Amino acid sequence: MLKILKYSFYDLLRSKWTLIYFLFFLLITQGLLYITGDEAKTIVGLLNVVVILCPLIATVFGTVNFYNSREFTELLLAQPLKRRDIFIGQYLGMTLSLSIGYFLGVLIPFVIHSITYTVDYSVLSILLFVGVFLTFIFSALSFLISLITDNKIKGFGLSILTWLLLALVYDGMQLFLLSMLDNYPLEKISLVMTFLNPIDLSRVMLMLKLDMSALLGYTGAVFNKFFGSSFGYAISLSALLIWTVIPVYFINRISMKKDF
Amino acid sequence: MIQFQNIYKSFGKLEVLKGVSAGVDGGGITAILGPNGSGKTTLIKMLLGMVYPDKGEIMFNGKPIKKEWQYKNDISYLPQIARFPENLTVTELINLIKDIRGGTPNEQRLIDLFDLDSHLGKKIKHLSGGTKQKVNIVLAMMYDNPVIVLDEPSTGLDPIALVRLKDLVLEERAKGKNILITTHIMSLVEDLSDEILFLLEGKVYFRGTIPELKDFAGEDNLEKSIAHLLEHKHAENIKV
Repeated sequence: MLKILKYSFYDLLRSKWTLIYFLFFLLITQGLLYITGDEAKTIVGLLNVVVILCPLIATVFGTVNFYNSREFTELLLAQPLKRRDIFIGQYLGMTLSLSIGYFLGVLIPFVIHSITYTVDYSVLSILLFVGVFLTFIFSALSFLISLITDNKIKGFGLSILTWLLLALVYDGMQLFLLSMLDNYPLEKISLVMTFLNPIDLSRVMLMLKLDMSALLGYTGAVFNKFFGSSFGYAISLSALLIWTVIPVYFINRISMKKDF
Repeated sequence: MIQFQNIYKSFGKLEVLKGVSAGVDGGGITAILGPNGSGKTTLIKMLLGMVYPDKGEIMFNGKPIKKEWQYKNDISYLPQIARFPENLTVTELINLIKDIRGGTPNEQRLIDLFDLDSHLGKKIKHLSGGTKQKVNIVLAMMYDNPVIVLDEPSTGLDPIALVRLKDLVLEERAKGKNILITTHIMSLVEDLSDEILFLLEGKVYFRGTIPELKDFAGEDNLEKSIAHLLEHKHAENIKV
């Protein structure tokens, strides 16, 4: 598996898209730090970019890359290799190259910033962590969708739709539900709903770390109490992990049965 | 060495293979023939574990290949369509396969044979169809394996390369290897094959040597014999 991972990784690292992704985050982080001059504000600004953009880029990149590397996959399938190693290796190679682009793009400006100012690395590390997790989750989802759908256009459409549902539609639905039922105590429901969507979960995890829970009213207090505890933190982490493991499990399972 | 046992396969509603049984053993070249869509490539891909049969089993060296992958170390496979990662150079691609398979391949001899030296530094996407096919042949044949599977090896090759390919295949046969080949070029079949496996409507319709096929069809030329088989496919006397 390591050999496949290595080749996929190098192939993508050399492609200009990973570089553009890296430069994008480098510029936006540097720009925000420069404009606001304040790391907390920069992280809030980045938060909105990260929770929407990391999933979107992972989705687009995952789909395009899967269909583009079909030849490579077919070449590998005829070699003495386990199918699991071929597909998981390619998935990890792609996800790692994207993650590194994001990670360094955000980290480098902060490190430069820390020469003259103090930087709270605990909040920054959560931002980095959440972005990397979202990349892993959405790459896996788009990889899985592409594996199931042989038709390129259909696969691309379905992947984007998945992103749209989780990034935008889900929030709208949640808001609609909460305003419909606002006579009832909804803290628990909204807590559960947050856990069912990795984007929401990431956003909440970071907002609470930034001490902005006061903005969320009573629900914020409940959230703060829950996420502030080590139990809540462990649960959030497990939820993100489950969101990664389940699609990867299905990638493995479906690739074992598919005809090429 | 290779046994296909009662293989069935359909893609959606299309039944491609309907109970194919055949064995290959003891060295020599077997040509798998049949009209377009008769399941030649499907059968070959099954041997490589790229397509799974709906029913039936494939044995390699007496063991079922289901869920196995190590046996592929003994097979040199030339895919029908030469599709490679476009951004790699020829050298990188050769190194990739060497890295995966390990061992000691003899690629330089083949590079010289097909005059590929000047193309080694080029990216795959800048190669012509014929050159790609030559690279394909180098990748497939650089290892010394007891089984060679060639799916349409002549595609896009110029006459000189074709002659060299023929010599190469005959050389491998002389070493006692089992070689499976599919092609639509009848002259290639006549020059190379020891035996013919003719697939029609999902079944093995004829199996035997070229003289036997000519006898069977009552024609004195191979091309006509094949045409005869296709025209009189209702004939029931299947010889296996």
